[in-house]
Amino acid sequence: MSAHWRLLALLAGLAAACALPFFLSDYRAFQLTLVMVYAIALLGLNILTGFNGQFSLGHGAFYAIGAYAAAILMAHYEVPYWATLPAAAAVCLAAGFLFGLPALRLEGLFLALATLSLAVAMPSILKYRGIAELTGGVQGLVLTKPDAPFGLPLNQDRWLYFFTLAVTVLMFVLAWNLLRGRVGRAIVAIRDQPIAARAMGINAALYKSLTFGVSAMYAGVAGALGAIAIQFVAPDSFQVGLSFVFLIGAVIGGVYSISGAVFGAFFVLFVPHISEGISRAAPQAIFGAFLIVFMFVMPVGIAGFLRLAAAWARRRTHRSSHVTGEAP
Amino acid sequence: MEALLLQVLSGLATGGIYASLALAVVMIYKATHVVNFAQGEMAMFSTYLAWQLIQWGLPYWGAFFLTIALSFVGGVLIERVIIRPFEAHDAVLAVVTVFIGLFLILNSLAGWTWEYTLKSFPSPFPAEAYLGGYLSGHQLGLFFVVLATLAVVYAFFRFTPLGLAMRAAAENPDSSRLVGIRVSWMLALGWGFAAALGAIAGIMVAPLVFLEPNMMGFVLIYAFAGALLGGIDNPWGAVIGGFAMGVLENIMGVYVVGTELKLTVALVIIVGVLVVRPSGIFGSAVVTRV
Amino acid sequence: MTSRKKWLGSLAAAIGLALALGPAHAQKKYGPGASDSEIKIGNVNPYSGPASSYGSIGKGIASYWRLVNDLGGINGRKVNFITLDDAYSPPRTVEQVRRLVEQEQVLLVFQSLGTPGNTAIHKYMNARKVPQLFVATGATKWNDPKVHPWTMGWQPNYQAEAKAYAAYILKNHPKAKIGVLYQNDDYGKDYLKGFRDGLGSRASSMIVREVTYEVTDPTIDSQIVTLKGSGADVFFNITIPKFAAQAIRKAHEIDWKPVHFLNNVSNSIDNVLKPAGLEASKGLISSLYVKDAADPQWHNDADYKAWLEWMKRYNPGVSTTDAFYVYAYAVSSTLHQVLLQCKDDLTRENVMRQAANLKNIKVPMLLPGVHLNTSPSDFAPIEAVQLARFDGKRWIEFGDVLGQ
Repeated sequence: MSAHWRLLALLAGLAAACALPFFLSDYRAFQLTLVMVYAIALLGLNILTGFNGQFSLGHGAFYAIGAYAAAILMAHYEVPYWATLPAAAAVCLAAGFLFGLPALRLEGLFLALATLSLAVAMPSILKYRGIAELTGGVQGLVLTKPDAPFGLPLNQDRWLYFFTLAVTVLMFVLAWNLLRGRVGRAIVAIRDQPIAARAMGINAALYKSLTFGVSAMYAGVAGALGAIAIQFVAPDSFQVGLSFVFLIGAVIGGVYSISGAVFGAFFVLFVPHISEGISRAAPQAIFGAFLIVFMFVMPVGIAGFLRLAAAWARRRTHRSSHVTGEAP
Repeated sequence: MEALLLQVLSGLATGGIYASLALAVVMIYKATHVVNFAQGEMAMFSTYLAWQLIQWGLPYWGAFFLTIALSFVGGVLIERVIIRPFEAHDAVLAVVTVFIGLFLILNSLAGWTWEYTLKSFPSPFPAEAYLGGYLSGHQLGLFFVVLATLAVVYAFFRFTPLGLAMRAAAENPDSSRLVGIRVSWMLALGWGFAAALGAIAGIMVAPLVFLEPNMMGFVLIYAFAGALLGGIDNPWGAVIGGFAMGVLENIMGVYVVGTELKLTVALVIIVGVLVVRPSGIFGSAVVTRV
Repeated sequence: MTSRKKWLGSLAAAIGLALALGPAHAQKKYGPGASDSEIKIGNVNPYSGPASSYGSIGKGIASYWRLVNDLGGINGRKVNFITLDDAYSPPRTVEQVRRLVEQEQVLLVFQSLGTPGNTAIHKYMNARKVPQLFVATGATKWNDPKVHPWTMGWQPNYQAEAKAYAAYILKNHPKAKIGVLYQNDDYGKDYLKGFRDGLGSRASSMIVREVTYEVTDPTIDSQIVTLKGSGADVFFNITIPKFAAQAIRKAHEIDWKPVHFLNNVSNSIDNVLKPAGLEASKGLISSLYVKDAADPQWHNDADYKAWLEWMKRYNPGVSTTDAFYVYAYAVSSTLHQVLLQCKDDLTRENVMRQAANLKNIKVPMLLPGVHLNTSPSDFAPIEAVQLARFDGKRWIEFGDVLGQ
C-alpha cells in the first residue's frame, strides 16, 4: 500500500472512531475506552519486547504505578485528571529506566523471571502499611470521573472516550515517529545483532535502559487513564495475572508491530467474555489451550499474520511491495 | 535468642518446601537451559493424581511411585508435543506464552476436577513432633527426602553417562549432535525428570500446606529465588539456596521488614542475584562466546 | 402425589416464607428487568482467578433459582439469573456490573462478592439507583443507608462478631494476654478494628502481639511460633480456611493451647477442622449464624432435609457438607422473601423498600434464634451472633444469641 492510501485509511479510521460513541451505548463507549487504554499499554510492551527484544512479564507493575500516581494526585492533591497523565508518564519513565539498568545484564528467560517477580511483589508493595496513608492501603482510592469541559454536551463516558482517543493517537504517533527514525533502527539493531550494534558504536546499555523507560512510560500513561475510567484503584486490581494478560495480548496481537497493540487490546478486553460463554467451568483451561494452539498457528500474531497475508496477496497480483522498516 | 533460633528452625522447615521444588527447577534448567514457569502447577497436578490414586485405594508408596512414573511420562509428552516445535527457533517469546498457557490449563483443570476445597494429604512419616514440637515428623522427613533426592540428582549428573549427555545437550547442542547425542530426546528426558522431581516435591509439600489448586503458585517464586541464590545450574546449591530462602524470609519477616513484604524480599533476591552474580553462590559462571 | 411433587410441596412449606400482609396491589409497576413473565437478577462472582473457590457460591445461587423456577417462580414470574465472572479484579467487576445494569438491564445486582469489587461499584450503583443487594462480604461499611441507600449487606458483619469475642474475653478472661493473627487486607483489618473497639480502653494492654500474613505466604508457621513466643494465652485467629487449618494444626504441634477464637469465615467442620485435625480443634470458639451441614444435630430438621434434597437433585456431585451451598441457599431465600414481598410492584425503589422492611424473618438453614431484621436506618439484616465451642465432633452453642 502506498503511503497515501495508508494515510487515508488511518484518517478514515480516526473519523469512524470519533463517530462511534454517538451510535453506541455508554457501556460500549466505556468498553472501547478500556480497549484504547490497553492498546497504549500493549504498544509500550511491543516497543520493548517486539522491537528491542527485551522481555517483560511485569508490565502490570508499571501500569499499577501509573494508576496509583494518577489516583494519589487526584485523591489527595486535587490535581485535575488531565495533569495526572504527564506526572504518571514521568514517574514511570524514571521507574522503568531504573529497573532497566540492572536488567541490562539479563537475557531472555531470566529477564522474564526478574520482571515476573516485580509483578508478583507489586500488590504487597501497594498494600504496605508504611505508605498506606498515601495509597489508601488495601482499601484503595476512589476517584471521580471528570465531566466534559467547557460545558460541552457530552456525558462522562463519551468525554472520557474522546479524551482517551486523543491521548491514544498522540502516543501512537509518538511511537511511530520514534521507531522509524534512527532511534528505532538502533533499537531493532540491538535486538537482532547486539554485538554488531555495539561494534558500530551504538550505546546498547543506554538504549536498552531508555527503551525500558519509554515502555514503562506507556504502561504508566495507560494505567493513569485506566484508573480514571474505572474510578478506583486497589492492590487487587493489579495482580500478577494482569502482567500475563498484557504479554498474552501483545503476543496475540503481534509484538513486532504498532498495529498489533490494537488487535491485542481488543483481544484482552473481549476474549474473557467469549471464553466465559464457552465454559463456565474451566474458562482458563480453554484460554490456555487456545494460547498454545495460537502459538503453533500464528506465532507472529494477528498483525504479523495480516502483514504476511497482504504480502502474499501483493505477490500474487505482481504489484511492487513497499519495504517497511519493521522486522518480520 | 531462643526466639531467633525458633524462627530459624521454622524457616528451615519452610525452606525444605522451597528446596524440593528448586530441585525440579534446577533439573529442567540443567537439561534444557529453560526456566519453566509452569513447574509449580505441574507439581500440583501430580500431587492431585497421587491423592486420587490414594482415594481409589492404592497404598501410599504405591501411589507415590506410580505418580512419579506418570509424571515422568507426562513431562516427556509435554516436551515432545508442546515445547519441541519452539525449541529450534530459540523463540523465547513463544516459549513463555506456551508456559503461561500450560500454567492456566493445569491450574484450571485441577480446580475443575477436584474443586477448591482443602484436601488433606497423608504423610508417610511418624506424626511425632521433635524439638518441643517446632519440627514435626513430616518436616524432618521432608528434610531427608530432599537430601536423598539431591544426592540422586547430583550423582546422576556427575557420574552417569546419561547425565553427562544431558548436560552436553543443553550446553552445546550442535557439538553434542556431532558426537552422537540425540539432543531432542535429552531435552524430553530432562522434562520428564523435572516433572518427576516436581511430583516428589508436591507430594512432600502437600501434607504441610494442604492440597488445593493454588498450592504451588507462590511457592514457585520463592523456589526460583532460592535456586537462583544457590546457583541455578547446581543441585546442591539450589537446595542450600532453598533452605536459605526459607530462613531469610522468616528472619526478614519477623525482625526487619515485617511479614507484609516477604514477596518483596524474594523479588530483591531474584533481581539482586541476577544482577550481581547471575551464577548464584555456588553455580558456575555463564560464559557467552562472541 | 409423586414423591417429587411431595418433596417440592414440603419444601415450599419448609421454607415457611411469611408473605407480607396488606392489600394486594391491583396495578403492576415494573422497573428495568421486570415484566409479567420474568425478573432479571444480576450477579458477579469470581469464577476464575485467585478467589475461584468462592465461585461455588454463584453456582449455588443459580441452582436455587432453578429450583424456584421449577416451583413456579415468584408470584408467577420466572427468575432470569445472570451471573458473570469478575475474577476478583475490581476493573472487571466494574465492567461486568455496568454490563448487567446498562446492557442486560437487570432489576438488581445480588450478592456481588468481595470487598474490593463492591467498593469499586459502590458509588456507581448508588448514583444509578440500582440495588446492590446482600453483598457477599462481611465488611462493616455496607450498613450505611444515609449515604448509600442502595447498598445492603447480609451476613453478620466482621466487627460485630469480633466485638462478641471481645465481650466474652472481658467477662471470662479479664487478665488475658491476647495474640492476634490476621490477614493483611480489608477483611482482616475490619475484624481487628471490631475486636479492638470491643476491648475498648483495655485493648492496648491486653493485646500483646498482632501478626499479619499474606495470602501469598506458603505457610504461617512462623507467625504461630511468634505468637507462642509472645506469651499470649488467648488467640484471635482471623484467617481464611487454608491458613486457619495450618494455624490450628501448628498451634497443636508446638503445644500452644490458648483460648482460641476462630473467625466465622473459617469454622466449617469439613473444610477446615477436619484437615487441621479434629483433636487439635477441640475447644475452638467461634460464632455461627447458619447451620453447619456436617453437624449431626441438625440432621433431623425439616429445613436441613429440604436443603439436602435440593443438594441431591440440583447439585449432584457437590459434597453434602459444603458450607458455600448452605450460605447460597440461605441468602437466596432472603432475596426470594424480598421479591415475594414486592408482589406486583417490581421497581428498584420497591425492592429496596422491601429489603429494608424485613421484620423477624426466618429463612432456611439459619440457626434457631437468628432472624433477619432491617429498617430504613438499619441495613444489616443479620446481626445475631451465637457463640459455640467445638467439642471434637460438633459445634456446641453456648450462651445467648447476642446482638439481636
